[in-house]
Amino acid sequence: MEDLKQKLMKKHLLAPGHTACAGCGEALGMRLIVDAIGPNCIIANATGCSEIFTSKYPQSAWEVPWVHSLFENSSAIASGVEVALKARGKTGIKVVAMGGDGATADIGIGCISGMWERGHNILYVCLDNEAYMNTGIQRSSQTPFNASTTTSPSGSESMGNQTLKKDMIAIANAHRVKYVATVSLANPKDLERKVKKAVETVGPSYIHFQAPCPLGWGFDSDKAVEIAKLAINTGLFPVIEYEDGQLVKVQKIAKKVPVEDYLKTQSRFRHLLKSDAGKKVIAQIQTIADANIEKFGLV
Amino acid sequence: MSKMLKPGINVKPGSSKENKTGSWRNYYPKFDHAKCIACGTCETYCPEGIIFGDKEHKYDADLDYCKGCGICANICPVKCIEMLLEVR
Repeated sequence: MEDLKQKLMKKHLLAPGHTACAGCGEALGMRLIVDAIGPNCIIANATGCSEIFTSKYPQSAWEVPWVHSLFENSSAIASGVEVALKARGKTGIKVVAMGGDGATADIGIGCISGMWERGHNILYVCLDNEAYMNTGIQRSSQTPFNASTTTSPSGSESMGNQTLKKDMIAIANAHRVKYVATVSLANPKDLERKVKKAVETVGPSYIHFQAPCPLGWGFDSDKAVEIAKLAINTGLFPVIEYEDGQLVKVQKIAKKVPVEDYLKTQSRFRHLLKSDAGKKVIAQIQTIADANIEKFGLV
Repeated sequence: MSKMLKPGINVKPGSSKENKTGSWRNYYPKFDHAKCIACGTCETYCPEGIIFGDKEHKYDADLDYCKGCGICANICPVKCIEMLLEVR
């Protein structure tokens, strides 16, 4: 058994022994993404779950050069690394900046905007688990409409988070990012293809990955992939691809399902199923999904 | 300056392998090799990246690290993986 293990175990660029929760969608997605990027990269990682669970002192799960500094500056560090490599005449090394939804859409967005505006040859990966999970599930600007979090709790006064997700794809396109795509656990082949394409892109590229979180979303540890599929089939997470600001490809929905089927799988939405007011909110969430389907032609 | 400036904390790549996260587990996956079609889906979807195998030997998980999440059992197209209660 030990010999067989030595022989057949694939060499991944994210080693086991990291301290992500059992069934973590982000750990799975990040491994797939890093394996697709390949060994010739330097990663600047923002603070967040991804940084915490891969770098428990004095160990690291990374098999590639990796640097963490602060929550807000992964893209600024990556910019510096990219310029330094250029100054030293080193080619063939992809610089990658990575962070969660809080680091990307809230805390780090200023530095990201600067990185894109200056046109650095950097791939930015957003691992979107839709709230600040490692600090205890506080809402972020990527938390979905009326999800219950510890800072947007549902109760007699509120149905949960009252704002819509910030549209990072539109923000990336507004910066004329060369390649912009969303990826999901539901389709690892598509994820690999898009990440490889982003790596080959000369100039800024952006990958937005939806990372189902068993702890923060409230589902069993074996359900991450199932829930990622439901997010696509409801239209709540469109899997799309832009080149030079032009929509070039969308993943069609095989069989459209009502948003309720997605919402009822997760405890962060469970309150919506219990009251008439909640039913009204579900109808509103359905209009968000339908708008996505119409906008991107998903059906 | 006799000593090189060493900013930050430097650790060895992949050194997290020292953490045997298998101790977290409540359930362990049991692979039925007779039913397994060696599609490799479980290998792709393991969040720890610790499922190994090929067409000839079929698949198994490295129980030193398996956290027992059950994604492999849930995703298996022929349902040849069963999650059983860990008894220590």
